[in-house]
Amino acid sequence: MVIVGAGVVGAACAYYAGRAGLSVAVVDRGAVAGGTTGAGEGNLLVSDKEPGPELALALLSTRLWRELAAELPPEIEYETKGGLVVAADEPGLTSLRAFRAAQGAAGVESTDVPGDRLRDLEPHLAHGLAGGVLYPQDAQVQPALAAAHLLRASGARLHLGAEVTAVLRGPGGAVRGVRTPRGDLLAPAVVNATGTWAGRLATLAGVTVPVLPRRGYVLVTEALPRVVRRKVYAADYVADVASGSAALQTSAVVEGTPAGPVLIGASRERVGFDRTLSAGVLRRLAAQAAALFPVLAEVRVIRTYQGFRPYLPDHLPAIGPDPRAPGLLHACGHEGAGIGLAPATGRLIAAALTGTAGPLDAQPFRPDRFTEGTEPE
Amino acid sequence: MHRPPEPRMKRPRARRPRPTPADLVQAAPGPEFEITLDGRALSALPGQSIAAALWAAGVLSWRTTRRGGRARGAFCGIGSCFDCLATVNGTPNQRACLVPARPGDAIITQEGHGRADLTV
Amino acid sequence: MPISPSDTHDLAVIGAGPAGLAAAVTAADLGLTVALVDAAARPGGQFYRQPAAGLGAARPQALHHSWGAFARRAGRLAAHRTAGRIRYLAEHHVWAVTREAAHWAVHAVRGPDGAGARAEVAARTVLLATGAYERQLPFPGWTVPGVVGAGGAQAMLKAGLVVPGRRIVVAGSGPLLLAVAGSLAAAGATVPVVVEAGGYAGYARAPRTLAANPRKLVEGIGHAAALRRYGVRLRTRSAITAVHGTDRVEAVTLTRLDRDWRPVAGSGLRIPCDALAVGHGLVPQLDLATALGCATRRTPDGTAALVLDGRQRTTVDGVWAAGETGGVGGAELALCEGELAAHDIAGRAPGGVLLRHRDRLRRFAGVMAAAHAPRAGWSDWLRSDTEVCRCEEVTAGRVREAVGDLGARDTRTVKLLTRAGMGWCQGRMCGPAVAHLAGETALEAGRRLLACPVTLGELAREER
Repeated sequence: MVIVGAGVVGAACAYYAGRAGLSVAVVDRGAVAGGTTGAGEGNLLVSDKEPGPELALALLSTRLWRELAAELPPEIEYETKGGLVVAADEPGLTSLRAFRAAQGAAGVESTDVPGDRLRDLEPHLAHGLAGGVLYPQDAQVQPALAAAHLLRASGARLHLGAEVTAVLRGPGGAVRGVRTPRGDLLAPAVVNATGTWAGRLATLAGVTVPVLPRRGYVLVTEALPRVVRRKVYAADYVADVASGSAALQTSAVVEGTPAGPVLIGASRERVGFDRTLSAGVLRRLAAQAAALFPVLAEVRVIRTYQGFRPYLPDHLPAIGPDPRAPGLLHACGHEGAGIGLAPATGRLIAAALTGTAGPLDAQPFRPDRFTEGTEPE
Repeated sequence: MHRPPEPRMKRPRARRPRPTPADLVQAAPGPEFEITLDGRALSALPGQSIAAALWAAGVLSWRTTRRGGRARGAFCGIGSCFDCLATVNGTPNQRACLVPARPGDAIITQEGHGRADLTV
Repeated sequence: MPISPSDTHDLAVIGAGPAGLAAAVTAADLGLTVALVDAAARPGGQFYRQPAAGLGAARPQALHHSWGAFARRAGRLAAHRTAGRIRYLAEHHVWAVTREAAHWAVHAVRGPDGAGARAEVAARTVLLATGAYERQLPFPGWTVPGVVGAGGAQAMLKAGLVVPGRRIVVAGSGPLLLAVAGSLAAAGATVPVVVEAGGYAGYARAPRTLAANPRKLVEGIGHAAALRRYGVRLRTRSAITAVHGTDRVEAVTLTRLDRDWRPVAGSGLRIPCDALAVGHGLVPQLDLATALGCATRRTPDGTAALVLDGRQRTTVDGVWAAGETGGVGGAELALCEGELAAHDIAGRAPGGVLLRHRDRLRRFAGVMAAAHAPRAGWSDWLRSDTEVCRCEEVTAGRVREAVGDLGARDTRTVKLLTRAGMGWCQGRMCGPAVAHLAGETALEAGRRLLACPVTLGELAREER
């Protein structure tokens, strides 16, 4: 099989397909983790997901990441740090608790934290917050290293710096490989793991997958000792994630890293692939982070970067075979959760390729779900 | 990290006195003042950056690295490399090559990120 | 009428070195209102860096070439400030330029180290005159205290009247080394040798360009005479490949290089010294420009520079650039390009003399760049434990592992996999070396959306 895309999703597909005994080649126009994976914070979250198919995928991935952490080298920086979601006021706390109750029924572990206990968990957190919820299953990896080590462990052959220019189809319409400037790679199965650029590859195969970019910024501080223990964010982040609005949304997500810097996300904007800097977005993120952790106000931000999350209209990824193009599978559209959802995605793809039973119901992720009843353009 | 001042201002054996940078530009600096490095008194001239004052005292390093704990000081001299980061009057991570020395400045050798006080 | 801080200026000039200073005073001469924004306390940039006022230097020109060209423009700057035509913002570190609805916004933080409050300047046009910083190529021992940038030694001498040691070896490549050695020697240091990895033969292959630039020849002859006067030897086709001493430089090893800059085995020569000043030419500082989307090109010396048209326009409408940002070419060219850009921004046709002068100097810059461009063999002098990234202490061995085993093919991926370039300097020191080790073919200018650090509190502050 050929996997297009050497990001974390492609790497996880390669890993599980390799373990299932398949011969795998991974092709990418750039380097390993060159797209959205390299721009991610490495979140493995259940806390921000409402009950439903994505949460099921996330819970499975949480378990799989724990297994992977035991198999891959420690350089992937897997940390079961836990997430702490805080609410500024009572109404916010009430809805956070309701959200928590629903998640609990779906298998998410969590603990209620009264406002006056928050600083026991995070000593630098601002005073006066109403309360929060602690999610011990939330974890983190260093995404680029995780992708690179998954790929290395997969045993897949890498073709980097080779852009796919065509998806090759056989006489019956079945996919039989891809074309690159360095030659054709022939295989009975091609996996589209090109993330935010997946719509383009789908078009090469003659089908439509309406993946669009949703821009995010991350602020990176100077290296610090551990000042933030967990992933800490405000409760309105959950609403932003689920929103379909094109308008700018920001809600600070603050976390430390083993390397030292504190990372601050997360803004969401639908502005295409525009890479020009918006000072207003940085200001809002910075203000929200400083409101959560006043001690950070004196700390220098030394870097900021943008990433483009791949999102689909219903905010669920596309995972599995595409009936419109036999031999083509998709593993894309994970929005801001690709690092976390990668292992479960890889398992589903491996199961589909080997014709074995998948670990969970993949129906909600059908790649052709947006074009039912209509012909692809 | 620092050593006693090199005897740079002393005259070498040569018959002609060794010129100094100040000679070259015919400098008539304002009165020198005192700063400290790890409590040790050093003199500085008005207008000199902290790095320049330390160099003048023969000190070439005033920071240790985060991982290897190795000594570092000014390198690029223009604020690009951040190797000269110093803790000055309690505030860490100031570029010593850019920040002017002021009377009474207390510089301490900065260890790593210089913010151990924030550790939780 | 004098300009007030809240006005939208006709022009914001970023950088008050030769290019920015010349552009600002010329634009003001032509009737524009100008904001001149600069990180340093005094105008002049790195080239015309002057001793601080408190040092009372009567003859700052002793450390400079063509001081008169600077002094005249500094005088015009003072007059324009008094008349309210130029707003000069010293100690303003620009962290970004953004396009707003009807103007460009220049975002800065104040103070000698940029730790102060934030400030914004609005302007209808922008000229980027952000200069350059020194290119470094790592070698074993280059992090030992006493090893300093050649340009750094020069800057510390010009501004602070200090030298890093008594016996200083000067090494690397490029004509700056000769100037640095001359200054250090004049200031009382012993410079036993200048070690040049390239050579000067390349200049002889372009006799017409040399003949057309007599002042450059005179400058070169001046350097050579100064070195003879102080007994400084010049060793070409050689490099420093090791530093001895742990807390401080005690000696260095000088090694001959082949045509491709590979060290010749067995040629090492130990030279006692207490400091080493190193550099391999300059790298244009393009952070603000690339964040705005300005296109870049690869220059003959292997660095990225802005694509500019004959009138100093970048590929982004409303943004001009002058000086080293368009390719390293020295102060005389920078002055000339600053004036050219100012004319175009003011809607005036520059004189043919100015245009021809610029073209002649640009050609010379090309010859110079080609003569000193690093050759690929340099990385053979790295040991696997040689630190490539000074900030994050990432060794050559780890960079090579990321490239060989983990699928890195460019500086960005090496950074993600090793942290090389993720520290305080954001890859300014290690970038050229990492790009080479990664085998980066299509050189991409470093993309830094924040051109300098900003405290989170200031980033969060509501704009005026």
